[in-house]
Amino acid sequence: MIELDNVAYSYGGGELLSGISFAMQPGSFHFLTGPSGSGKTTFLKLCYGALVPTSGQVRLFDRDVRTMSRDDVAMTRRRIGVVHQDVQFLDHLPVADNVALPLTVSGRAHLDELANLRELLGWVGLKARADAMPPELSGGERQRAALARAVIMSPDVILADEPTGNVDWEMSQRLLKLLVELNRMGKTVMIASHDLGLIRAAKTQVQARVLRIAGRQLQLAGADL
Amino acid sequence: MRRALSEILALLVGDPQADRLVPPTGFTARLTLITSGIMAFLAVFALALSLAAGRLAERWGDELSRSATLRISAPAEQMAEQTAAALRVLETTAGVDRARALSEEEQRALLEPWFGPDIPVETLPIPQLIEIVEGDPGYDADGLRLRLQAEVPGAVLDDHTRWRRPLVEAASRLRVLGLLSVGLIFTAMAAMITLAANAALAANAQVIVVLRLVGARDSYIAKAFVRRFTLRALSGAALGMVAGLVAVWFLPAAQEDGGFLTGLGFAGAGWLWPLIIPPLAAVVAFVATRSAARKTLKGLR
Ligand SMILES: Nc1ncnc2c1ncn2[C@@H]1O[C@H](COP(=O)(O)OP(=O)(O)OP(=O)(O)O)[C@@H](O)[C@H]1O
Ligand SMILES: [Mg+2]
Repeated sequence: MIELDNVAYSYGGGELLSGISFAMQPGSFHFLTGPSGSGKTTFLKLCYGALVPTSGQVRLFDRDVRTMSRDDVAMTRRRIGVVHQDVQFLDHLPVADNVALPLTVSGRAHLDELANLRELLGWVGLKARADAMPPELSGGERQRAALARAVIMSPDVILADEPTGNVDWEMSQRLLKLLVELNRMGKTVMIASHDLGLIRAAKTQVQARVLRIAGRQLQLAGADL
Repeated sequence: MRRALSEILALLVGDPQADRLVPPTGFTARLTLITSGIMAFLAVFALALSLAAGRLAERWGDELSRSATLRISAPAEQMAEQTAAALRVLETTAGVDRARALSEEEQRALLEPWFGPDIPVETLPIPQLIEIVEGDPGYDADGLRLRLQAEVPGAVLDDHTRWRRPLVEAASRLRVLGLLSVGLIFTAMAAMITLAANAALAANAQVIVVLRLVGARDSYIAKAFVRRFTLRALSGAALGMVAGLVAVWFLPAAQEDGGFLTGLGFAGAGWLWPLIIPPLAAVVAFVATRSAARKTLKGLR
Protein backbone atom coordinates (compact mmCIF):
# COMPACT_ATOMS: atom_id res chain seq x y z
CA MET A 1 0.00 0.00 0.00
CA ILE A 2 2.90 2.33 0.78
CA GLU A 3 6.11 1.46 -1.02
CA LEU A 4 9.41 3.30 -1.13
CA ASP A 5 11.92 2.25 -3.70
CA ASN A 6 15.49 3.49 -3.26
CA VAL A 7 14.19 6.82 -2.07
CA ALA A 8 16.34 9.80 -1.22
CA TYR A 9 15.20 13.12 0.15
CA SER A 10 16.91 16.43 0.70
CA TYR A 11 15.44 19.77 1.73
CA GLY A 12 17.99 21.53 -0.42
CA GLY A 13 21.16 20.96 1.57
CA GLY A 14 22.73 17.53 1.84
CA GLU A 15 20.65 14.37 1.64
CA LEU A 16 18.66 13.74 4.78
CA LEU A 17 17.52 10.29 3.75
CA SER A 18 19.04 8.12 1.06
CA GLY A 19 18.67 4.68 -0.45
CA ILE A 20 15.55 3.86 1.47
CA SER A 21 13.47 0.94 0.32
CA PHE A 22 10.50 -0.14 2.30
CA ALA A 23 7.15 -1.76 1.68
CA MET A 24 4.42 -1.40 4.24
CA GLN A 25 2.46 -4.63 4.53
CA PRO A 26 -1.29 -4.34 5.04
CA GLY A 27 -2.19 -4.98 8.65
CA SER A 28 1.32 -4.41 9.95
CA PHE A 29 2.23 -2.39 13.02
CA HIS A 30 5.44 -0.36 12.94
CA PHE A 31 7.29 1.94 15.23
CA LEU A 32 9.68 4.47 13.77
CA THR A 33 12.46 5.72 16.01
CA GLY A 34 15.63 7.68 15.63
CA PRO A 35 17.31 10.72 17.11
CA SER A 36 15.66 14.07 16.89
CA GLY A 37 16.32 15.59 13.50
CA SER A 38 17.11 12.25 11.91
CA GLY A 39 14.16 12.53 9.55
CA LYS A 40 11.24 10.66 11.07
CA THR A 41 8.74 13.33 10.21
CA THR A 42 10.27 13.65 6.76
CA PHE A 43 9.92 9.91 6.26
CA LEU A 44 6.26 9.99 7.25
CA LYS A 45 5.63 12.93 4.93
CA LEU A 46 7.04 10.89 2.08
CA CYS A 47 4.67 8.12 3.12
CA TYR A 48 1.56 10.25 2.83
CA GLY A 49 2.56 12.18 -0.23
CA ALA A 50 3.20 15.56 1.39
CA LEU A 51 6.75 15.40 0.05
CA VAL A 52 7.93 14.10 -3.29
CA PRO A 53 11.24 12.19 -3.11
CA THR A 54 14.25 13.89 -4.66
CA SER A 55 15.18 10.54 -6.16
CA GLY A 56 13.73 7.05 -6.17
CA GLN A 57 10.04 6.25 -6.24
CA VAL A 58 7.22 6.39 -3.70
CA ARG A 59 4.05 4.48 -4.52
CA LEU A 60 0.85 5.03 -2.57
CA PHE A 61 -1.82 2.45 -3.27
CA ASP A 62 0.11 1.48 -6.40
CA ARG A 63 0.35 5.00 -7.76
CA ASP A 64 3.60 6.88 -8.19
CA VAL A 65 3.33 10.13 -6.20
CA ARG A 66 5.05 11.97 -9.03
CA THR A 67 2.22 11.23 -11.41
CA MET A 68 -0.58 11.99 -8.96
CA SER A 69 -2.77 15.02 -9.61
CA ARG A 70 -3.73 17.35 -6.79
CA ASP A 71 -7.12 15.66 -6.54
CA ASP A 72 -5.41 12.27 -6.38
CA VAL A 73 -3.35 13.52 -3.46
CA ALA A 74 -6.54 14.68 -1.74
CA MET A 75 -8.20 11.32 -2.27
CA THR A 76 -5.13 9.50 -0.95
CA ARG A 77 -5.26 11.58 2.22
CA ARG A 78 -8.73 10.24 2.90
CA ARG A 79 -7.25 6.73 3.01
CA ILE A 80 -4.25 7.59 5.15
CA GLY A 81 -5.03 9.03 8.57
CA VAL A 82 -2.23 11.22 9.84
CA VAL A 83 -1.53 12.54 13.33
CA HIS A 84 0.80 15.45 12.64
CA GLN A 85 3.57 16.36 14.99
CA ASP A 86 2.50 20.00 14.88
CA VAL A 87 -1.23 19.54 15.01
CA GLN A 88 -3.30 22.25 13.37
CA PHE A 89 -7.01 22.76 13.66
CA LEU A 90 -9.61 25.17 12.44
CA ASP A 91 -9.50 27.43 15.46
CA HIS A 92 -12.93 28.92 14.94
CA LEU A 93 -14.76 25.61 15.10
CA PRO A 94 -15.31 23.44 18.18
CA VAL A 95 -13.36 20.24 18.74
CA ALA A 96 -16.21 17.99 17.61
CA ASP A 97 -16.43 19.77 14.24
CA ASN A 98 -12.68 19.60 13.86
CA VAL A 99 -12.62 15.89 14.49
CA ALA A 100 -15.42 15.45 11.95
CA LEU A 101 -13.64 17.66 9.41
CA PRO A 102 -12.43 14.82 7.15
CA LEU A 103 -16.03 13.62 6.91
CA THR A 104 -17.24 17.13 6.12
CA VAL A 105 -14.77 17.82 3.33
CA SER A 106 -15.41 14.46 1.72
CA GLY A 107 -19.18 14.92 1.87
CA ARG A 108 -19.69 12.09 4.35
CA ALA A 109 -20.90 13.98 7.39
CA HIS A 110 -24.08 11.96 7.79
CA LEU A 111 -25.88 11.20 11.01
CA ASP A 112 -24.63 7.63 11.38
CA GLU A 113 -21.06 8.83 10.96
CA LEU A 114 -21.69 11.48 13.56
CA ALA A 115 -22.76 8.81 16.04
CA ASN A 116 -19.29 7.34 15.53
CA LEU A 117 -17.91 10.76 16.29
CA ARG A 118 -19.39 10.75 19.78
CA GLU A 119 -18.06 7.29 20.45
CA LEU A 120 -14.66 8.26 19.15
CA LEU A 121 -14.52 11.36 21.32
CA GLY A 122 -15.31 9.11 24.28
CA TRP A 123 -12.47 6.82 23.28
CA VAL A 124 -9.92 9.59 23.33
CA GLY A 125 -11.41 11.06 26.49
CA LEU A 126 -12.61 14.28 24.93
CA LYS A 127 -16.35 13.90 25.36
CA ALA A 128 -16.46 16.69 27.91
CA ARG A 129 -14.36 18.95 25.68
CA ALA A 130 -16.34 18.38 22.49
CA ASP A 131 -17.61 21.94 22.43
CA ALA A 132 -14.33 23.59 23.38
CA MET A 133 -12.37 25.58 20.81
CA PRO A 134 -8.98 24.15 19.80
CA PRO A 135 -6.94 27.03 21.28
CA GLU A 136 -8.47 26.18 24.66
CA LEU A 137 -7.10 22.63 24.61
CA SER A 138 -4.05 21.39 26.48
CA GLY A 139 -1.20 19.89 24.46
CA GLY A 140 -2.32 16.36 25.28
CA GLU A 141 -5.93 17.13 24.46
CA ARG A 142 -4.84 18.48 21.08
CA GLN A 143 -2.99 15.27 20.32
CA ARG A 144 -5.96 13.18 21.28
CA ALA A 145 -8.22 15.29 19.10
CA ALA A 146 -5.71 14.88 16.28
CA LEU A 147 -5.76 11.13 16.68
CA ALA A 148 -9.54 11.10 16.63
CA ARG A 149 -9.50 13.22 13.47
CA ALA A 150 -6.96 10.88 11.87
CA VAL A 151 -9.06 7.77 12.38
CA ILE A 152 -12.59 9.08 11.85
CA MET A 153 -12.56 8.24 8.14
CA SER A 154 -11.66 4.68 9.06
CA PRO A 155 -8.56 4.90 6.88
CA ASP A 156 -6.55 1.93 5.66
CA VAL A 157 -3.35 3.31 7.11
CA ILE A 158 -2.71 5.39 10.20
CA LEU A 159 0.54 7.34 10.47
CA ALA A 160 1.08 8.95 13.85
CA ASP A 161 3.95 11.35 14.42
CA GLU A 162 4.73 11.43 18.18
CA PRO A 163 1.09 10.93 19.15
CA THR A 164 1.95 10.54 22.81
CA GLY A 165 4.46 13.37 23.09
CA ASN A 166 2.40 15.46 25.46
CA VAL A 167 0.29 12.97 27.37
CA ASP A 168 0.86 11.17 30.65
CA TRP A 169 1.60 7.46 30.85
CA GLU A 170 -1.93 6.44 31.48
CA MET A 171 -3.29 8.42 28.54
CA SER A 172 -0.51 7.22 26.27
CA GLN A 173 -1.46 3.66 27.16
CA ARG A 174 -5.00 4.47 26.26
CA LEU A 175 -4.08 5.96 22.90
CA LEU A 176 -1.85 3.00 22.22
CA LYS A 177 -4.71 0.68 23.04
CA LEU A 178 -6.87 2.53 20.54
CA LEU A 179 -4.24 2.16 17.85
CA VAL A 180 -3.72 -1.53 18.68
CA GLU A 181 -7.46 -1.99 18.52
CA LEU A 182 -7.56 -0.37 15.09
CA ASN A 183 -4.68 -2.59 14.00
CA ARG A 184 -6.63 -5.67 15.08
CA MET A 185 -9.46 -4.46 12.88
CA GLY A 186 -7.06 -4.64 9.97
CA LYS A 187 -5.65 -1.13 9.82
CA THR A 188 -1.99 -0.63 9.09
CA VAL A 189 -0.30 1.49 11.73
CA MET A 190 3.00 3.34 11.94
CA ILE A 191 3.96 5.38 14.97
CA ALA A 192 6.98 7.66 15.09
CA SER A 193 8.10 7.87 18.70
CA HIS A 194 11.05 8.30 21.02
CA ASP A 195 9.20 6.65 23.82
CA LEU A 196 10.88 3.27 24.39
CA GLY A 197 8.50 2.50 27.24
CA LEU A 198 5.60 2.87 24.88
CA ILE A 199 7.25 0.60 22.34
CA ARG A 200 7.89 -2.05 24.96
CA ALA A 201 4.32 -1.84 26.17
CA ALA A 202 3.08 -2.17 22.60
CA LYS A 203 5.14 -5.26 21.99
CA THR A 204 3.20 -7.09 24.68
CA GLN A 205 -0.06 -6.38 22.86
CA VAL A 206 0.76 -6.59 19.19
CA GLN A 207 3.41 -7.87 16.87
CA ALA A 208 5.20 -4.61 16.27
CA ARG A 209 8.28 -4.06 14.19
CA VAL A 210 10.64 -1.28 15.05
CA LEU A 211 12.32 0.76 12.34
CA ARG A 212 15.16 3.10 13.10
CA ILE A 213 16.50 5.94 11.06
CA ALA A 214 20.24 6.20 11.51
CA GLY A 215 22.86 7.58 9.18
CA ARG A 216 20.25 8.53 6.57
CA GLN A 217 19.19 4.89 6.33
CA LEU A 218 16.19 2.99 7.51
CA GLN A 219 17.07 -0.08 9.53
CA LEU A 220 15.02 -2.77 11.14
CA ALA A 221 15.88 -2.70 14.83
CA GLY A 222 16.51 -6.02 16.50
CA ALA A 223 14.22 -7.67 18.98
CA ASP A 224 16.53 -6.51 21.77
CA LEU A 225 14.77 -3.28 22.60
CA MET B 1 -19.39 31.77 -19.64
CA ARG B 2 -22.26 29.30 -19.71
CA ARG B 3 -20.41 26.89 -17.48
CA ALA B 4 -19.42 29.69 -15.15
CA LEU B 5 -23.06 30.71 -14.87
CA SER B 6 -24.27 27.24 -13.96
CA GLU B 7 -21.46 26.94 -11.44
CA ILE B 8 -22.54 30.25 -9.98
CA LEU B 9 -26.08 29.00 -9.64
CA ALA B 10 -24.81 25.93 -7.79
CA LEU B 11 -22.81 28.27 -5.59
CA LEU B 12 -25.82 30.38 -4.74
CA VAL B 13 -27.59 27.30 -3.47
CA GLY B 14 -24.44 26.54 -1.53
CA ASP B 15 -23.36 24.13 1.14
CA PRO B 16 -23.85 25.63 4.60
CA GLN B 17 -21.43 23.12 6.10
CA ALA B 18 -18.63 24.08 3.75
CA ASP B 19 -19.43 27.71 4.45
CA ARG B 20 -18.61 27.40 8.12
CA LEU B 21 -15.13 26.09 7.41
CA VAL B 22 -13.87 29.54 6.54
CA PRO B 23 -14.17 31.95 9.46
CA PRO B 24 -16.23 35.06 8.84
CA THR B 25 -14.21 38.04 7.66
CA GLY B 26 -16.21 41.11 8.58
CA PHE B 27 -13.96 43.80 7.18
CA THR B 28 -13.16 42.45 3.73
CA ALA B 29 -16.75 41.33 3.50
CA ARG B 30 -18.04 44.84 4.01
CA LEU B 31 -15.39 46.32 1.72
CA THR B 32 -16.34 43.99 -1.08
CA LEU B 33 -20.00 44.73 -0.59
CA ILE B 34 -19.50 48.50 -0.54
CA THR B 35 -17.12 48.60 -3.49
CA SER B 36 -19.37 46.43 -5.60
CA GLY B 37 -22.25 48.70 -4.70
CA ILE B 38 -20.35 51.84 -5.69
CA MET B 39 -19.14 50.29 -8.91
CA ALA B 40 -22.66 49.20 -9.84
CA PHE B 41 -23.96 52.69 -9.05
CA LEU B 42 -21.34 54.21 -11.37
CA ALA B 43 -22.03 51.57 -13.99
CA VAL B 44 -25.69 52.59 -14.04
CA PHE B 45 -24.70 56.15 -14.89
CA ALA B 46 -22.17 55.14 -17.48
CA LEU B 47 -24.82 52.94 -19.03
CA ALA B 48 -27.40 55.73 -18.93
CA LEU B 49 -24.89 58.05 -20.56
CA SER B 50 -24.08 55.71 -23.38
CA LEU B 51 -27.71 54.76 -24.00
CA ALA B 52 -28.75 58.43 -24.07
CA ALA B 53 -25.85 59.33 -26.33
CA GLY B 54 -26.84 56.45 -28.56
CA ARG B 55 -30.42 57.65 -28.80
CA LEU B 56 -29.23 61.16 -29.54
CA ALA B 57 -26.87 60.03 -32.24
CA GLU B 58 -29.62 58.01 -33.80
CA ARG B 59 -32.18 60.78 -33.72
CA TRP B 60 -29.83 63.41 -35.07
CA GLY B 61 -28.52 61.01 -37.61
CA ASP B 62 -32.06 60.29 -38.72
CA GLU B 63 -33.05 63.91 -39.13
CA LEU B 64 -29.75 64.67 -40.67
CA SER B 65 -30.24 62.23 -43.43
CA ARG B 66 -33.88 62.96 -44.05
CA SER B 67 -34.51 66.69 -44.22
CA ALA B 68 -32.80 69.69 -45.70
CA THR B 69 -33.65 73.28 -46.46
CA LEU B 70 -33.22 75.28 -49.61
CA ARG B 71 -32.87 79.00 -49.05
CA ILE B 72 -33.53 81.37 -51.93
CA SER B 73 -32.34 84.94 -51.66
CA ALA B 74 -33.39 87.03 -54.63
CA PRO B 75 -34.75 90.44 -55.36
CA ALA B 76 -38.50 90.50 -54.58
CA GLU B 77 -39.57 90.56 -58.20
CA GLN B 78 -37.55 87.43 -59.05
CA MET B 79 -38.52 85.52 -55.95
CA ALA B 80 -41.56 83.73 -57.29
CA GLU B 81 -39.81 82.80 -60.48
CA GLN B 82 -36.70 81.45 -58.80
CA THR B 83 -38.80 79.53 -56.28
CA ALA B 84 -40.72 77.87 -59.06
CA ALA B 85 -37.48 77.07 -60.89
CA ALA B 86 -35.99 75.58 -57.74
CA LEU B 87 -39.09 73.42 -57.16
CA ARG B 88 -38.84 72.19 -60.74
CA VAL B 89 -35.24 71.23 -60.24
CA LEU B 90 -36.06 69.47 -57.00
CA GLU B 91 -38.98 67.58 -58.50
CA THR B 92 -36.71 66.14 -61.13
CA THR B 93 -33.95 65.25 -58.74
CA ALA B 94 -33.66 61.57 -57.92
CA GLY B 95 -33.79 60.90 -54.20
CA VAL B 96 -35.96 63.88 -53.27
CA ASP B 97 -39.21 62.62 -51.84
CA ARG B 98 -41.02 65.90 -51.44
CA ALA B 99 -40.18 69.55 -51.81
CA ARG B 100 -42.43 72.30 -50.59
CA ALA B 101 -42.11 76.06 -50.35
CA LEU B 102 -42.98 77.32 -46.88
CA SER B 103 -45.97 79.62 -46.78
CA GLU B 104 -45.77 83.12 -45.38
CA GLU B 105 -47.47 82.02 -42.17
CA GLU B 106 -44.95 79.28 -41.65
CA GLN B 107 -42.04 81.59 -42.24
CA ARG B 108 -43.55 84.08 -39.85
CA ALA B 109 -43.92 81.36 -37.23
CA LEU B 110 -40.24 80.48 -37.65
CA LEU B 111 -39.15 84.06 -37.18
CA GLU B 112 -41.55 84.88 -34.39
CA PRO B 113 -39.28 83.84 -31.55
CA TRP B 114 -36.72 86.37 -32.70
CA PHE B 115 -38.74 89.28 -34.01
CA GLY B 116 -42.13 89.05 -32.31
CA PRO B 117 -45.54 88.28 -33.81
CA ASP B 118 -46.11 91.47 -35.75
CA ILE B 119 -43.35 91.49 -38.28
CA PRO B 120 -44.45 92.29 -41.80
CA VAL B 121 -42.80 89.33 -43.44
CA GLU B 122 -43.96 90.32 -46.90
CA THR B 123 -42.16 93.66 -46.78
CA LEU B 124 -38.87 92.32 -45.48
CA PRO B 125 -36.20 90.99 -47.78
CA ILE B 126 -36.18 87.62 -46.14
CA PRO B 127 -35.31 84.56 -48.11
CA GLN B 128 -37.87 82.03 -49.22
CA LEU B 129 -37.42 78.61 -47.62
CA ILE B 130 -38.11 75.30 -49.32
CA GLU B 131 -38.33 72.18 -47.20
CA ILE B 132 -36.84 69.10 -48.77
CA VAL B 133 -37.71 65.64 -47.50
CA GLU B 134 -35.26 63.10 -48.66
CA GLY B 135 -36.25 59.74 -50.01
CA ASP B 136 -34.48 56.47 -49.56
CA PRO B 137 -31.91 56.27 -51.06
CA GLY B 138 -31.16 59.93 -50.76
CA TYR B 139 -30.08 62.53 -53.29
CA ASP B 140 -26.59 63.53 -54.20
CA ALA B 141 -26.14 66.85 -52.39
CA ASP B 142 -23.16 68.02 -54.45
CA GLY B 143 -24.87 67.22 -57.76
CA LEU B 144 -27.98 69.06 -56.64
CA ARG B 145 -25.90 72.09 -55.69
CA LEU B 146 -24.32 72.20 -59.11
CA ARG B 147 -27.69 72.05 -60.88
CA LEU B 148 -29.13 74.72 -58.62
CA GLN B 149 -26.15 76.97 -59.22
CA ALA B 150 -26.82 76.82 -62.93
CA GLU B 151 -30.58 77.30 -62.82
CA VAL B 152 -31.34 79.15 -59.58
CA PRO B 153 -28.40 81.45 -58.77
CA GLY B 154 -29.92 82.70 -55.50
CA ALA B 155 -30.44 79.24 -53.96
CA VAL B 156 -28.39 77.87 -51.08
CA LEU B 157 -28.84 74.27 -50.11
CA ASP B 158 -28.55 73.78 -46.39
CA ASP B 159 -28.70 70.08 -45.76
CA HIS B 160 -28.02 70.45 -42.00
CA THR B 161 -25.22 67.99 -42.43
CA ARG B 162 -22.49 70.47 -42.10
CA TRP B 163 -23.26 71.39 -38.53
CA ARG B 164 -25.05 68.24 -37.44
CA ARG B 165 -22.45 65.76 -38.52
CA PRO B 166 -19.87 66.71 -35.86
CA LEU B 167 -22.64 66.56 -33.25
CA VAL B 168 -23.66 63.10 -34.33
CA GLU B 169 -20.03 62.12 -34.25
CA ALA B 170 -19.67 63.53 -30.73
CA ALA B 171 -22.75 61.67 -29.58
CA SER B 172 -21.44 58.42 -31.04
CA ARG B 173 -18.10 58.97 -29.34
CA LEU B 174 -19.91 59.65 -26.09
CA ARG B 175 -21.70 56.35 -26.43
CA VAL B 176 -18.42 54.51 -26.94
CA LEU B 177 -16.90 56.34 -23.97
CA GLY B 178 -19.86 55.34 -21.83
CA LEU B 179 -19.49 51.70 -22.77
CA LEU B 180 -15.74 51.93 -22.23
CA SER B 181 -16.46 53.32 -18.76
CA VAL B 182 -18.71 50.37 -18.00
CA GLY B 183 -15.85 48.09 -19.06
CA LEU B 184 -13.35 49.98 -16.93
CA ILE B 185 -15.67 49.94 -13.95
CA PHE B 186 -15.95 46.17 -14.15
CA THR B 187 -12.20 45.82 -14.59
CA ALA B 188 -11.63 47.91 -11.47
CA MET B 189 -14.19 45.79 -9.66
CA ALA B 190 -12.37 42.62 -10.68
CA ALA B 191 -9.06 44.05 -9.48
CA MET B 192 -10.54 45.10 -6.17
CA ILE B 193 -12.22 41.76 -5.57
CA THR B 194 -8.99 39.96 -6.45
CA LEU B 195 -7.18 42.03 -3.83
CA ALA B 196 -9.87 41.37 -1.24
CA ALA B 197 -9.88 37.66 -2.06
CA ASN B 198 -6.11 37.49 -1.80
CA ALA B 199 -6.27 39.22 1.57
CA ALA B 200 -8.89 36.74 2.74
CA LEU B 201 -6.88 33.80 1.42
CA ALA B 202 -3.73 35.03 3.15
CA ALA B 203 -5.60 35.60 6.40
CA ASN B 204 -6.92 32.05 6.20
CA ALA B 205 -3.69 30.32 5.25
CA GLN B 206 -3.97 27.93 8.19
CA VAL B 207 -7.53 27.03 7.34
CA ILE B 208 -6.47 26.17 3.82
CA VAL B 209 -3.54 24.07 5.02
CA VAL B 210 -5.73 22.14 7.45
CA LEU B 211 -8.45 21.52 4.88
CA ARG B 212 -5.90 20.28 2.41
CA LEU B 213 -4.31 17.97 5.01
CA VAL B 214 -7.58 16.29 5.86
CA GLY B 215 -8.23 15.49 2.21
CA ALA B 216 -10.24 18.43 0.86
CA ARG B 217 -10.06 18.89 -2.88
CA ASP B 218 -8.92 22.21 -4.34
CA SER B 219 -12.35 22.82 -5.80
CA TYR B 220 -13.97 22.34 -2.40
CA ILE B 221 -11.64 24.80 -0.70
CA ALA B 222 -11.89 27.34 -3.49
CA LYS B 223 -15.66 27.11 -3.44
CA ALA B 224 -15.85 28.21 0.18
CA PHE B 225 -14.12 31.48 -0.73
CA VAL B 226 -15.58 31.93 -4.18
CA ARG B 227 -19.11 31.59 -2.85
CA ARG B 228 -18.62 34.37 -0.34
CA PHE B 229 -17.14 36.83 -2.75
CA THR B 230 -19.64 36.04 -5.47
CA LEU B 231 -22.56 36.54 -3.12
CA ARG B 232 -21.12 39.77 -1.75
CA ALA B 233 -20.45 41.20 -5.21
CA LEU B 234 -23.93 40.16 -6.32
CA SER B 235 -25.74 41.72 -3.39
CA GLY B 236 -23.54 44.82 -3.32
CA ALA B 237 -24.05 45.36 -7.03
CA ALA B 238 -27.80 44.83 -6.68
CA LEU B 239 -27.98 47.53 -4.01
CA GLY B 240 -25.79 49.87 -6.04
CA MET B 241 -27.86 49.27 -9.16
CA VAL B 242 -31.12 50.04 -7.35
CA ALA B 243 -29.61 53.22 -5.91
CA GLY B 244 -28.35 54.20 -9.35
CA LEU B 245 -31.73 53.57 -10.96
CA VAL B 246 -33.49 55.64 -8.32
CA ALA B 247 -31.05 58.49 -8.91
CA VAL B 248 -31.55 58.32 -12.67
CA TRP B 249 -35.31 58.14 -12.18
CA PHE B 250 -35.25 61.44 -10.33
CA LEU B 251 -33.27 63.22 -13.01
CA PRO B 252 -35.40 65.76 -14.92
CA ALA B 253 -37.45 63.96 -17.52
CA ALA B 254 -36.28 63.93 -21.11
CA GLN B 255 -38.00 66.52 -23.30
CA GLU B 256 -38.62 66.11 -26.99
CA ASP B 257 -36.12 68.67 -28.15
CA GLY B 258 -34.69 69.49 -24.79
CA GLY B 259 -31.08 69.06 -25.69
CA PHE B 260 -28.75 66.52 -24.29
CA LEU B 261 -28.71 67.00 -20.52
CA THR B 262 -32.40 66.48 -19.95
CA GLY B 263 -32.26 63.31 -22.00
CA LEU B 264 -29.77 61.58 -19.71
CA GLY B 265 -31.50 58.46 -18.52
CA PHE B 266 -33.17 55.34 -19.73
CA ALA B 267 -36.03 55.08 -22.15
CA GLY B 268 -38.44 52.19 -22.52
CA ALA B 269 -36.70 48.84 -22.58
CA GLY B 270 -33.48 50.67 -21.77
CA TRP B 271 -34.52 50.42 -18.14
CA LEU B 272 -33.81 46.69 -18.35
CA TRP B 273 -30.15 47.13 -19.25
CA PRO B 274 -28.96 47.91 -15.71
CA LEU B 275 -30.39 44.56 -14.61
CA ILE B 276 -27.38 42.82 -16.12
CA ILE B 277 -25.03 44.70 -13.80
CA PRO B 278 -25.47 42.48 -10.69
CA PRO B 279 -25.11 39.16 -12.56
CA LEU B 280 -22.14 40.58 -14.41
CA ALA B 281 -20.59 41.64 -11.10
CA ALA B 282 -21.18 38.13 -9.78
CA VAL B 283 -19.44 36.60 -12.79
CA VAL B 284 -16.52 39.00 -12.39
CA ALA B 285 -16.22 38.17 -8.67
CA PHE B 286 -16.52 34.46 -9.37
CA VAL B 287 -13.74 34.44 -11.95
CA ALA B 288 -11.49 36.79 -9.96
CA THR B 289 -11.82 34.87 -6.69
CA ARG B 290 -11.50 31.50 -8.29
CA SER B 291 -8.27 32.34 -10.04
CA ALA B 292 -6.91 33.90 -6.82
CA ALA B 293 -7.86 30.79 -4.84
CA ARG B 294 -6.36 28.44 -7.41
CA LYS B 295 -3.14 30.38 -7.38
CA THR B 296 -2.91 30.18 -3.60
CA LEU B 297 -3.66 26.47 -3.59
CA LYS B 298 -1.04 25.73 -6.23
CA GLY B 299 1.64 26.81 -3.75
CA LEU B 300 0.55 24.09 -1.35
CA ARG B 301 0.78 20.37 -1.81
N1 LIG C 1 10.81 22.31 5.57
C1 LIG C 1 12.12 22.09 5.88
N2 LIG C 1 13.08 22.78 5.26
C2 LIG C 1 14.37 22.57 5.54
N3 LIG C 1 14.79 21.70 6.46
C3 LIG C 1 13.89 20.97 7.12
C4 LIG C 1 12.50 21.13 6.86
N4 LIG C 1 11.81 20.29 7.67
C5 LIG C 1 12.74 19.64 8.38
N5 LIG C 1 13.97 20.02 8.07
C6 LIG C 1 15.22 19.50 8.64
O1 LIG C 1 15.31 18.14 8.33
C7 LIG C 1 15.80 17.40 9.42
C8 LIG C 1 14.83 16.28 9.78
O2 LIG C 1 13.63 16.84 10.22
P1 LIG C 1 12.46 15.91 10.75
O3 LIG C 1 11.36 16.81 11.17
O4 LIG C 1 12.16 14.90 9.73
O5 LIG C 1 13.14 15.22 11.99
P2 LIG C 1 12.48 14.27 13.08
O6 LIG C 1 13.24 13.01 13.06
O7 LIG C 1 11.03 14.20 12.90
O8 LIG C 1 12.81 15.07 14.42
P3 LIG C 1 11.95 15.15 15.78
O9 LIG C 1 12.18 13.88 16.48
O10 LIG C 1 12.60 16.30 16.49
O11 LIG C 1 10.58 15.40 15.41
C9 LIG C 1 15.98 18.41 10.54
O12 LIG C 1 17.35 18.74 10.61
C10 LIG C 1 15.19 19.59 10.14
O13 LIG C 1 15.78 20.78 10.58
MG1 LIG D 1 9.44 14.85 13.86
